Amino acid sequence: MERWGVSKLAIVLHGLAGAAILVALYMALVFAPTEATMGHVQRIFYWHVATAWVGFFAFFITLVASIAYLRTGRRRWDIVALSSVEIGLAFAVIMTVTGSLWAKPVWNTWWTWEPRLTTVAIMLLIYATYLLLRRVIEDPGRRARFAAVYGIAGFVSVPITFMAIRWWRTIHPVIFKSEGFDLTPAMLAALIVSVLAYSLLYISLLLLRTQLEFLSDEVAELRESLDE
Amino acid sequence: MSSAWQAVWAIVKKDILAELRTKETLSMMLIFVLLAVFIFNFAFDLRVENVREVAPGVMWVAFVFAGVLGLNRSFIQEADKGCLDGLLMTPVERSVIYFGKMLGNLIFMLVVDAIALPVFSVLLNLALVRWDIALIVVLGTLGFAGVGTLFSAMTANTRAREVMLPLLLFPVALPLVLAAVKATAGVLDGAGLREVANWLNLLIGYDVAFLTISYLTFDYVVES
Repeated sequence: MERWGVSKLAIVLHGLAGAAILVALYMALVFAPTEATMGHVQRIFYWHVATAWVGFFAFFITLVASIAYLRTGRRRWDIVALSSVEIGLAFAVIMTVTGSLWAKPVWNTWWTWEPRLTTVAIMLLIYATYLLLRRVIEDPGRRARFAAVYGIAGFVSVPITFMAIRWWRTIHPVIFKSEGFDLTPAMLAALIVSVLAYSLLYISLLLLRTQLEFLSDEVAELRESLDE
Repeated sequence: MSSAWQAVWAIVKKDILAELRTKETLSMMLIFVLLAVFIFNFAFDLRVENVREVAPGVMWVAFVFAGVLGLNRSFIQEADKGCLDGLLMTPVERSVIYFGKMLGNLIFMLVVDAIALPVFSVLLNLALVRWDIALIVVLGTLGFAGVGTLFSAMTANTRAREVMLPLLLFPVALPLVLAAVKATAGVLDGAGLREVANWLNLLIGYDVAFLTISYLTFDYVVES
C-alpha cells in the first residue's frame, strides 16, 4: 500500500521534471541570447552547469546520508547514500562530456590537465571506486559501514573540485564570483530554470532508485524465507 | 590522557618489535622503492637536462607505492593471525588503536623515505637531502599514512584486499601527492618554502582533514 503511494509520487515528479526540462530546453536554445564570442556552442553551458550542480549536490547528499547511517545504523540511509552516488556519477559524467564538447571548439582540445579537469577526474574515480568497494564486501552491515566511511572520506574531493577554479590559475571560466555573475539577466534566467529542472529530475530519480533498492531487499527476504 | 598515549606507544612499540624480528615489511618496501627508481630511469631516460623536472614525480610515486606495500601488510597481518581481535579486546578506545597503527605505519614509511632519499640523490645526481624537502616528505607522508591506515583496516576485511587498498587509497590521496610533488618541484627549482606556501597549506589542510575523518570513523571500520 505504502509502496504504491511512493510510486505515484515518483510518477508525478517525473512528469513535472519532464515538463521542466522541456521549458529549460526552450530557455536554453531559444530564449537565451547568443553569446558574443563563442556563439551557439555556449548554449551547452546550461546543461553543463545544471548537471554539475546536481552531481555535486548528489555527492553532498551521500555525505549526509553516510553520516546519518553511521549514527543510526538504519538501512534506509545506506540506500540513500548508494542511490545518490549512482545518480550523481551519471550526472557528473554528463557534466564531463558536455564540458568536453564545449572545450573542443573553444579550447581546441577535448581534454587538458588543468586544475578543474584534474580534480573532476579524481572525483569521478573516487565515486566509481565507492561502487566497486560495495561489490567486494559480502556482509551487508560491514558493506554499509565501509561504504559510509568511504562516502565521507571521498567527499573531501568535492569542495576541492568546486574551489579548483577559484584557488588556482586555470583556463576554466568562473561564472559565479563573490562580486556577482558574469551573465546577462536572460542567460541567468535560463540557467536557473535548467538547474531547477535537473534538480527535480534528481529528486524523482532518487525516489525511484531508493524504491528499487527497498524492493530488492524485499525480494532477498522472500527468497530467504522460501529457502527455509 | 597520558594513559591513552601510553597505550598508543605500546601499540607502536609492538609493531616496531615485530618488524625488527623479521624485517620483512621494511626490506620489501626498500627494495620496491629502489626498483621503482630503476624502472623510471629506463622509462623516462633520466638525464641531467630533464632529471630536475621528473625527479619530484619519480620520488613521490616511489614513496607512495612503497607506502601501500607497508599499509597492506599492516592490518592483513593482524587479521590473519587473529591479533586484531586481541587488539580490539584491550580496554582502550578504538582511536588509540588507530593512532598506534597509524604512527607505526608513519614510522616505517619515514624510515624507508629517509634511506631512499640519499640513494635517490646519488642515482639522480640531484641534492635531495635537504631540510625543506624533509619537511615536505613528513607532511605528505603523514596524510598518506593517516588515511591509508583507515583504508587498510577496511580492506583487510574485503575480497581481493591487496588490490582494493590502492584502488581506494590512490584517488583519495591524489591531491595530497599532487601538492607534495608541486612543493618538492618548487623547492628543487630554488623557490623558498614561503613561495610554495599554498601547496604546503594544502598538505597541512589534507593532513588535518584526513586525520580527523579517520579518527572519527575508525570505530565503525573495526566494529564487528
